[in-house]
Amino acid sequence: MFVLKLLLKNAFRHRLRTLLTMVGLIVAVCAFGLLRTIIDAWYAGAEGTSSTRLVTRNAISLTFVLPLNYADRVRRVEGVTGVSWSNWFGGVYITERNFFPQFAVEPASYLALYPEYILPEAEKKAFLLDRQGAVVGRKLANQYGWKVGDQIPLRGTIFPGTWTFTLRGIWDGVDARTDEAQMLFHWKLLSENLRARGGQNADHVGVYIVGIDEPNNAPLISQRIDAQFKNSLAETLTETEKAFQLGFVSMSEAILVAVNAVSYVIIVIIMAVMANTMMMTARERLAEYATLKALGFPPAFVVKLLFGESLVIALGGGILGMLLTLPLAAAFAKAVGTLFPVFVVSDTTMLLQLAASVTVGAIAAAWPAWKMSRIDIVNGLRHVG
Amino acid sequence: MSVTGDGGAGQTLIRIRNLSKAYVRGEQFIPVLQGLDLDVRRAEFVALMGPSGSGKSTLLNLVAGIDKPSGGSIIVGGVDIATLSEGALADWRAAHVGFIFQFYNLMPVLTAFENVELPLLLTTLSRRERKAHVAAALDMVRLTDRVDHYPNELSGGQQQRVAIARALVTDPTLIVADEPTGDLDRVTGGEVLDLLDDLHRQLGKTIVMVTHDPKAAGRAERMVHLEKGVLVPDPAPGAV
Ligand SMILES: Nc1ncnc2c1ncn2[C@@H]1O[C@H](COP(=O)(O)OP(=O)(O)OP(=O)(O)O)[C@@H](O)[C@H]1O
Ligand SMILES: [Mg+2]
Repeated sequence: MFVLKLLLKNAFRHRLRTLLTMVGLIVAVCAFGLLRTIIDAWYAGAEGTSSTRLVTRNAISLTFVLPLNYADRVRRVEGVTGVSWSNWFGGVYITERNFFPQFAVEPASYLALYPEYILPEAEKKAFLLDRQGAVVGRKLANQYGWKVGDQIPLRGTIFPGTWTFTLRGIWDGVDARTDEAQMLFHWKLLSENLRARGGQNADHVGVYIVGIDEPNNAPLISQRIDAQFKNSLAETLTETEKAFQLGFVSMSEAILVAVNAVSYVIIVIIMAVMANTMMMTARERLAEYATLKALGFPPAFVVKLLFGESLVIALGGGILGMLLTLPLAAAFAKAVGTLFPVFVVSDTTMLLQLAASVTVGAIAAAWPAWKMSRIDIVNGLRHVG
Repeated sequence: MSVTGDGGAGQTLIRIRNLSKAYVRGEQFIPVLQGLDLDVRRAEFVALMGPSGSGKSTLLNLVAGIDKPSGGSIIVGGVDIATLSEGALADWRAAHVGFIFQFYNLMPVLTAFENVELPLLLTTLSRRERKAHVAAALDMVRLTDRVDHYPNELSGGQQQRVAIARALVTDPTLIVADEPTGDLDRVTGGEVLDLLDDLHRQLGKTIVMVTHDPKAAGRAERMVHLEKGVLVPDPAPGAV
């Protein structure tokens, strides 16, 4: 089509200018995508949750524990299908910088509640049988080069001493949202250690994980559980796993809001840069647009040319930026290791990148298109020479 | 003062009556054309002459429908183009006017062929018909060997020939040319004038040409002199 040919030729008339504009777009769209992916990674813990799991914790705060004997009473609550428990361990592997979460859990019931952790049957069996055993997610194993059978020493920060675990299994996540950056080991090991030291928390757990039959009944079941322990020494607070995880994210909400704002500011900046470029380009071609109008082309034709050209440049840069985001995100994920258990560029992010490119192209062309479609032919023709 | 054509009403293509044009710049009122009357016959070749700033281009632009008068009427082929809306005027230009500019005004990103094809996009012609028309127009200006060249690969004279092909490809009623030889040397300018002559004699086109060059004006059938926005009578042939 003639119009398409004309606007494509126009777009690449000043090679260097178009190239530089595209580079700007690539950088902006890429940065936008990476920042959005970082935000997503922050919320990944909440995104990867199951709607059939509740978390019951001490009503005062997470730092307060719950008695082990609550387990039976929770299990008897109507709608509950399974109960497990976990304690935050907070150990250090070699150096503080190697951060990853470790939980002391009741293994059989815990793994039953987390079907998204795909663990070979043999490894699962070996783990259940070995009180010193541990299992980790694939990402964590890759990060430190662990293989099944390896000894993993952790220096306790909450629970003193060096704790050495034998790696009995490595799980793969059922999909990209599954956390593969944790370590699980036997709660009994922790409990017995505490008892041996005469600690009073030996028969206490950090949180209960509660499986339920019907996600829609989550509020009702939560109420029933909490009602069980009303007016007891340790009152409970039960919420969905998602709400529980979001509770952690909300602590860093302010940073996330800032990162979010910056991601959009970048787009606004490139929009301004590109609008300026388009205006400059359009001005240089004033006489050409005037000639087209003299020949009888309607203002809409000029509008079409400018929008088309702007969109070609914006989409060109935008799509290259999107393509570049994927390897960059992968490299970033590798560099930060297990800091972000899940770091993937989501479809939503890519859609937003595309939308941002189109918006930049359209808005950059809007003002020049409006101006050029309204130029006075006689005045415009004077700009030759 | 009026200089009107001597042909019968049926032969008159352009009938300008009491035409005035003035520019307003802030407080300033700049009259350019005042109460001008002019008739141009169908198939006539008219040269518009006069000192710089006398309003030649302004008059030509009004006749070509790319400018609007402050008063009066411009009836071309029975249509008073002064009363047309902008959109209707654009359609009218596409159908009836061919433009030749001093600086050619070709699209630099389009080849000679594509430049000539451009005005045909506003017609209902098929792709094949367009190609045939373009080929014929380029043949008329004797540029068939340069069809794939871009304007910056052509000499000034060649560019103006492309522009002439573009002006005639739609087979317009009227061709307007504002100093078509103004940027060319005598020989090349002469070739361009030869082509305009061909358009007039062979194709029977009505041509209104603005020029400073008396020699160029001599190629026309009739000279019209403009001075300070009014037409002055043509000095009698031979009179000094
Ligand atoms: N947009 C404008 N605003 C104000 N005055 C204008 C404008 N356009 C033209 N004029 C004035 O109108 C007058 C006639 O201009 P025009 O271009 O028609 O002259 P011309 O006879 O074609 O001159 P030249 O031979 O130099 O091309 C000039 O005095 C010019 O300054
Ligand atoms: Mg002029």
